[in-house]
Parts: sequence; C-alpha cells; structure tokens
Amino acid sequence: MSEVIHADHHDDHAHGPAKGMLRWLYTTNHKDIGTLYLWFSFAMFLIGGAMALVIRTELFQPGLQFIEPEFFNQMTTNHGLIMVFGAIMPAFVGLANWLIPMQVGAPDMALPRMNNLSFWILPFAFSMMISTLFMEGGGPNFGWTFYAPLSTTYAPDSVTYFIFAVHLMGASSIMGSINIIATILNMRAPGMTLMKMPMFVWTWLITAYLLIAVMPVLAGAVTMMLFDIHFNTSFFNAAGGGDPVMFQHIFWFFGHPEVYIMILPAFGIVSHIIPTFARKQLFGYTSMVYAVASIAFLSFIVWAHHMFTVGMPLAGQLFFMYSTMLIAVPTGVKVFNWIATMWRGSMTFETPMLFAIAFVVLFTIGGLSGIMLAITPADYQYHDTYFVVAHFHYVLVPGALFSIIAAVYFWIPKWTGKMYDESLGKLHFWLSFVGVNVTFFPQHFSGLAGMPRRIPDYALQFADFNMISSVGAFIFGFSQVFFLYVLIKTIRSGAPAKARSWEGAKGLEWTLPSPAPYHSFTYPPEVKSEEVHG
Amino acid sequence: MKNQILRMLTGTLAFLASGVALADELNMRVGVTDISRQVYDLHMTIFYICVAIGVVVFSVLFWSVFQHRKSKGAVAATFHDSTKLELAWTIVPTLILIVMAIPATQVLVAMYDTGGEDMNIEVRGYQWKWQYKYLDEDYNNSFSFFSNLATPKSQIVNRSAKTDTYLLEVDEHLRIPINRKVRFLVTSEDVIHAWWVPDFGIKRDAVPGMLNELWAIVEEPGIYRGQCTELCGKDHGFMPIVVEAMPEAEFDAWYATKVTSEVVRQESMSKTFTHDELMVQGEVIYGTYCSSCHMANGEGVPPVFPAIAKSPVALGPRDDHLSLVINGVSGSAMQAFGKQLDAVQLASVVHYQRHAFGNDVGDISQPQDVINLFNGQ
Ligand code: HEC
Ligand code: HEM
Ligand SMILES: [Cu+2]
Ligand SMILES: [Cu+2]
Repeated sequence: MSEVIHADHHDDHAHGPAKGMLRWLYTTNHKDIGTLYLWFSFAMFLIGGAMALVIRTELFQPGLQFIEPEFFNQMTTNHGLIMVFGAIMPAFVGLANWLIPMQVGAPDMALPRMNNLSFWILPFAFSMMISTLFMEGGGPNFGWTFYAPLSTTYAPDSVTYFIFAVHLMGASSIMGSINIIATILNMRAPGMTLMKMPMFVWTWLITAYLLIAVMPVLAGAVTMMLFDIHFNTSFFNAAGGGDPVMFQHIFWFFGHPEVYIMILPAFGIVSHIIPTFARKQLFGYTSMVYAVASIAFLSFIVWAHHMFTVGMPLAGQLFFMYSTMLIAVPTGVKVFNWIATMWRGSMTFETPMLFAIAFVVLFTIGGLSGIMLAITPADYQYHDTYFVVAHFHYVLVPGALFSIIAAVYFWIPKWTGKMYDESLGKLHFWLSFVGVNVTFFPQHFSGLAGMPRRIPDYALQFADFNMISSVGAFIFGFSQVFFLYVLIKTIRSGAPAKARSWEGAKGLEWTLPSPAPYHSFTYPPEVKSEEVHG
Repeated sequence: MKNQILRMLTGTLAFLASGVALADELNMRVGVTDISRQVYDLHMTIFYICVAIGVVVFSVLFWSVFQHRKSKGAVAATFHDSTKLELAWTIVPTLILIVMAIPATQVLVAMYDTGGEDMNIEVRGYQWKWQYKYLDEDYNNSFSFFSNLATPKSQIVNRSAKTDTYLLEVDEHLRIPINRKVRFLVTSEDVIHAWWVPDFGIKRDAVPGMLNELWAIVEEPGIYRGQCTELCGKDHGFMPIVVEAMPEAEFDAWYATKVTSEVVRQESMSKTFTHDELMVQGEVIYGTYCSSCHMANGEGVPPVFPAIAKSPVALGPRDDHLSLVINGVSGSAMQAFGKQLDAVQLASVVHYQRHAFGNDVGDISQPQDVINLFNGQ
C-alpha cells in the first residue's frame, strides 16, 4: 500500500510543507494536523483551566464574593465540557496523528483530507459553544452531564447552540476514529502483525471503536433534547409522558465508555514510557492487550453506576454494582504489569518517566476510590459530593492529563528535533504533582464530610478544605503556564536531539531521524524484532 | 487575614494527620439509624481493604523505584512474561472483590426493605425549596408545608457574620418521630433534585413524574441536616434539608396541632380580608417565594426576571395577574404557584404586588376570587 503511494508521487511531490499560513488550513499531513490538534487542545486547556480558577476563587471562602450562582453554574458546565471535549480528547487525537503513522511504518494517515476536516470542525464547534457565554440568558448552566429537564424545559435559549456544538464535536470524533482505524488496519508495515503493534496503537484502535460506538448515542441524546425544546416532543418531559431518567441512561451509555476513551490511550502512552526508562521490555504485552479489550467491553455494561440514586430496582442496582467492581480487575492487571515492568529494570527518571510513575500511583488512587464508589450502599453517601469530584479528577488529571504531558516530553525530540531542558521539565513535574494533590486530595474529605458538588457556596465546616483546594489549584494552574514556557523554549532553542532520543527507546518512530521527515515512511520499513515490544 | 492563615495551617495539619486518625470532620458520619451504621461500617471495611491494596502495590512500586535504578548500578533483567503471575493478579483481586460484594449486597438488600411503615411523608423538590406533605389515612387531615432556606441574604453576601448553621437552616423543619419507620416518597415538581440526609444514610433523586421510596427509623432525637445533591439550577446550593427527630409523644402532640391548624386554614379560605391584612401576609409571602427573582424592591433583574414595579401585569386586570401567578409562564422560570400556595396566600401576594413598589391599583383580591378562578378552569 505505502509503496504504491510512493511510486505514484515520487517525482512531482515536494517533501516538505507548503509555505505561509494557508499551509495550516489546507494541510493534509498527519504531522501538521497532529500539531494543530495539540496546540488547539492546549489553548482549550488554558481556557478551561481559567474557568476552573474562577470556580476555585469563588470557593476560596464561604459566602458569595466574586460571581453569582448563575454564572458559577455556567463556569462548572463549560469547564467540564471544554476539558473533556476540547482538551483531553483532541490532545489524544493529536498524539494519534503524530504517532500512529510513525509507529506502524506508514507515510501518513489513511484518509488525509478527512483528517483535515475533522480537525477544522473543532475551532468552529468550540467558538460556538464559548460564544453562548456572551448571549442573553447566558451559556449552558446544567453541568457537563446536562440532565434533562434542566437542560431542556428549564435551559437558557443558548442551549440550541450547545446542541449544535456537540453535534460538530461528535462528527469530528467519528471522522477521526474512522481515520485511525483505517490507518491501523491498512497501513501497517509488512510484518507488523496485530500482536506486534505498539501499545499506543492498540489502545487507540480500541478507543476508536468505542468512539464510533458511543458518539452517535450522544448525538441521539442531544437530538432528542432539541426536539423536546423546539418541536414539542416529550422524550424527557414527564408531563408529556416522557422520562427524565431515560435521558440519564442514554447519556451514561455514552458517558461511561467516554471516560475510558479518555484513559485507554493514556494506558498506551505509559506502556511506552515505562519500558523505555526501565530499559526493560513491557511486562505481559499480551495480557495488556486483553486487559484493554476487556475494559472496553465492560465499559458498555456499567453505565448505571452513575445513577444508583435515581431509584432503580434492586436487581438493577446489584447488576451494575457487580459489573462495575469487575472492571477493576483488568484495570488492576494493567497497574501490576507496569510495576512488573519496572521491577528489576535499570531505571532513570527523566521528566516523562516522572509523569508516568505519578500516573501509575495517582491513577491507582483514583481507581481505588472508584471501587469505593462502586459499592452501591456506600455510594448513596458519596454520590454527587466532592468525593466523586476527587475520584474523577484523580483519574483525569494525574491520569489522562499527566499521560499527555508525559507523551509531549517523551516525543517532542522526535517532533521538533530539539531536546527540552531537563531541569525545567523536572520543575514542571514537581509543581504539577504538588498542585494536583493539594487541590484534589482534600476533596475526598470534604466529600465524605458531606459537601455536595456543583455548589457556589458552602457550609462553614467545609471551609478549610476548600481553601487548601483553591491554593492547590492556583499552583497547578501556574505550573501549566510554566509548561507553555518550557515548550516554547524547547522549540526555539532546545539542544539538538538524536534519532533515538532515549537510550531505551524502542519502536519504528525512533528509527526515523529527529525531527521526523514530513512524510514519515516513504518506504515501508522492516519490522525488526528488537523494535517490537511483544 | 491572620485568622484565615491560622485556619489554613490547622486545616493542612488536620489533613496530614487524617491518614492516621480519621476524625469526624474528615469522614463519613456514622449517623443515627441502623442502616446508616451499616453503611458506615461497610464504607470503613472497603476503605481499609483499599488502603491495604494501596500499601502493598505502592510499596512494591517504590521499592523498585529506589532499588532498581541505573544510578545504583542496576542492570535490567530480561524477563517479560509470566502466565502464572498474570493469573495470580487476575484471580486474587477477583476474590477480594467478592469479599467486598458480600457485605455490600447484604446492606443493599436491607435498605430495600420498604413496607411495614408507620407513616408516609411525601417529599417534593421545587426550584429551590422542599415541600413536605404528611399523608394521613384520613385525606382531609393531610397537611403540607414548604421548607425554605432561612439563612439571611446578608450572611451570604458577607454583610453579616455567618452563623454555625450557615446555609443549613430552614424556616420550617421536617418533623418525624423517633423509633418509628417513616417512609419518604420522593418526587419533584420541576427539575431533578436529590434528597439527602447523611445521618440517616439515605439519598434519593427527586425526579418529576416518579415516586422514589426511602425509609428511616431514627433512634436519637435531634436535628439532622442535609442538602440537595443534584444540580437543579441557580440556587441548587441554597435548598437545605433539616429534619427534626422528636420523641414520640412530643411528635404526636405537634402533629395534632398541625392537623387542627389545617382545619383552621381550610376555613380561612372562605374569609374576607382587609387591605391591611392582605398587605401584611402578602409581604411575607413575597419575601419567601418571589423576591429571589423579582427582588425585594420589586425591580427584578431585567431582562431575565421582570420588575413587578410598574409591571403591565401588576397594573393590568386583576384576574389576569392572578392567573399568571397561579399557572406560571410555561417555558420560563416563572412557576405555577397555584400548586404551592393556597388561595389565601395567592390572594395576598397578588394584592401586595398590586399595591407595593409604587404600584397602587386600588382593587382588592380575596381568596374567593382565587377559588373562582380555579373552578373556572
Ligand atoms: C424563579 C424565578 C421567579 C420566581 C421565584 C418568581 N417569578 Fe414571577 N416571573 C419570573 C419570570 C422569569 C417572569 C417572566 C415570565 C415571562 O413572561 O417569560 C416572571 C413574571 C412574573 C409576572 C409578570 C411580570 C411582567 O411584567 O410580565 C408576575 C406578576 C410575577 N412573575 C409574579 C410572581 C409572584 C407573585 C411570585 C411569587 C409568588 C413570583 N413571580 C416568583 C420568575 C420568577
Ligand atoms: C477502577 C475503575 C473505576 C471505577 C470502579 C469507577 C467507578 C465510578 C463510579 C461508581 C462513579 C459514579 C460515582 C457517583 O456519581 O456516585 C464514577 C464517576 C466518575 N468516574 Fe469513575 N471509575 C473508575 C475509573 C474511572 C476512569 C478511568 C475515569 C476517567 C478517566 C473515570 C471517570 C469518572 C468520571 C468523570 C466520573 C464522574 C462523572 C460525573 O458525575 O460528572 N473513572 N466512577
Ligand atoms: Cu462510569
Ligand atoms: Cu439541587
């Protein structure tokens, strides 16, 4: 396949980017598009982060100081939506774009034009969503989970724009996933069998199927909302014979796989970094692949653990409790395999490794609180309190986000041909590590003590923990601006990087020069056994 | 400021100490029902198991991090697979989970043991308050009331000192007897809310069109506080739940007076009030039910919440004004107050709106006018 492309284009195809700004608009190159995704997600991350700081500023002390409750709700909602759909997901797609063709030995993605479209939809989608904040009546204020009827009958008028924005994001994700699946299934270098694929490729293959399965469900949910709002249907309106609880079933049928969409590629990344810096092959490659597949399967049958309090029959509660607990088993297998990989390795602790180890530790803490939440009778006490907020931030911030940061430090020498400054990277790590724990660890306690989530003001017994959380949030926020500085410094004046930028790095991407050529592999490479993990 | 820093420091210390001793302020409450104690024990069991798992896993990890370093001369081993290990760390966690699932199932089954109740109370969520209705066998003796946040605005906006029960105080407590099985039927009038009393170990969503069951047998008299736990709009953070558990005899006496005053209330429907009486009652009701949107001075927050001062409705025909308040404006935040307020309250609040904030229509609204409108529909 790759050979054919090469033969056809060799003479008339310039092997470099076009000149000028329009390059970015018209580009069909996987690296350019990967770069666009990554910068876009970083911008969204800073915007969403600014919203989080607005929230934490208001929560610094009891009482209303800075913003009104109505605006507070808009901030929590948009913070959640932007971080999930604007920061984490596009960052993973950006990494997929950059890495998958290089890791499977292909020249580019399988469907380059669609690749361009799937990126360029996003700025429009998010401009539209953020613009609602400036509309009369305000933007979405019903939480990132937008439960009906708060998001339908009782929603601000701008909800229609929100629905359209969600549709666009869904379209973008589906196109991105199709592209990734097509690339992985068709463009692998000869000799790279499925069970020789790098873990990042495996996790993305499975994630892409999850996306294709659940994004249409989300689209269905928002379409029903649209009809309830504008065309007098009553899908979710009890007065018209509809059922608000059905909304939650549909939403979480999307939503739980969605949380795994945000963590499976992270598993992939960590499975590259730990072996590299332990200078030892990934332990249990096969069971790692099966674990990811079983997590993906189980993620479809646990959704109602978000709904233990809606009033399901006992049998339903038990089913979802058991299935949720079960998902901890393959998750545990992953953690144990990473530790076994480190065991008796020869470890060094460069920045990507620090983030990866923090990932393993803090993600595990999030997984353990996940098990607590799965215990239905106890979940009645935890549900919709800050305990849940702590849980999902532990899996998403030091989980998904740390993996993305680790990936950036790990592969930036390959992308730019420049090395980041190690001491700045380490400083960034320690600031982030302290910030994230100071912010989110106390939230376990405020949750257990009874503080509900999504409130702009709270009773006095929660004051201390909130103050600590707010301080942590500012440390964390500041350290991510510092990250931006480290990145710019690297791109501008980093030391030149070697082709194999890390001593223990394995995989086809490290056989390419740094920076990698514009069209990754114009000839299909030979898949040598020493570049394969499994 | 100095105080705050001090509090922050003590907070940090408490937070650090927390791993060792789980003080009350940091942990789930044990509560005052058999169920809440079972839930607490379950929570602690699972928590300790999770801590144990964490300790084991992290010890291995950190041992490795400190011992297997290149800087210490560690040379990487070459092993990368072990079916035995994979099986072990699949099976052992599964067994641990089964151990967790058994008590969890038992507690859950116990919680689902509804029925055999001594009394029923309907709990109905509204934006942003709770309504409690005591369902008596004799339907005519059923009575209900609203429970609104009682923390004054001045505390919320930091103009006066916050009291201990800041945001956790209501104008009328839900009262229940101790040692009797009270069944709560939870539902909602508008959006989804959630009714939670941590000390009873129970939480359930209040979903419009659905009736969820909960129950509690409280063992100690006392005042128990909780909050709405499902995002329900602007004032979600401001609709607390306060339950007062009373000794049986005391409760029965209170219940009897409530039933008597219910009879009196029913009778007042046919009374005729004077302008002054209506204004006094009306001002109270306006302050409780309307001022959160239309503001105490009647100026509203245009364009979201219209002003009542000089409002075309308040200056227009009386019956139109009454109907708007009774039926609400569908698709807007203006609710149908006909379901929440009785005829006397409706008549007085409308009369008040027509004669306050510089409005002076000069007519009068009586309960009978409201009843006529109800009957006309
Ligand atoms: C949750 C907010 C809210 C509360 C509480 C509320 N209103 Fe309203 N009210 C509104 C809104 C919004 C409108 C505008 C409805 C529309 O026309 O779209 C409105 C309109 C009105 C109007 C018509 C004003 C005009 O000029 O159009 C009257 C009269 C009124 N309300 C009376 C009341 C009374 C009496 C109460 C208390 C018993 C009350 N409202 C409580 C939100 C509220
Ligand atoms: C061991 C694995 C896990 C288990 C057993 C688990 C369990 C749960 C449960 C039961 C809830 C619902 C709690 C409640 O609302 O009362 C929950 C919430 C949540 N979890 Fe997990 N979880 C796990 C891992 C993850 C991962 C990997 C992610 C994402 C990367 C994640 C993200 C979330 C989010 C975002 C929510 C909150 C959603 C919301 O209400 O806004 N979880 N989890
Ligand atoms: Cu879930
Ligand atoms: Cu609420």
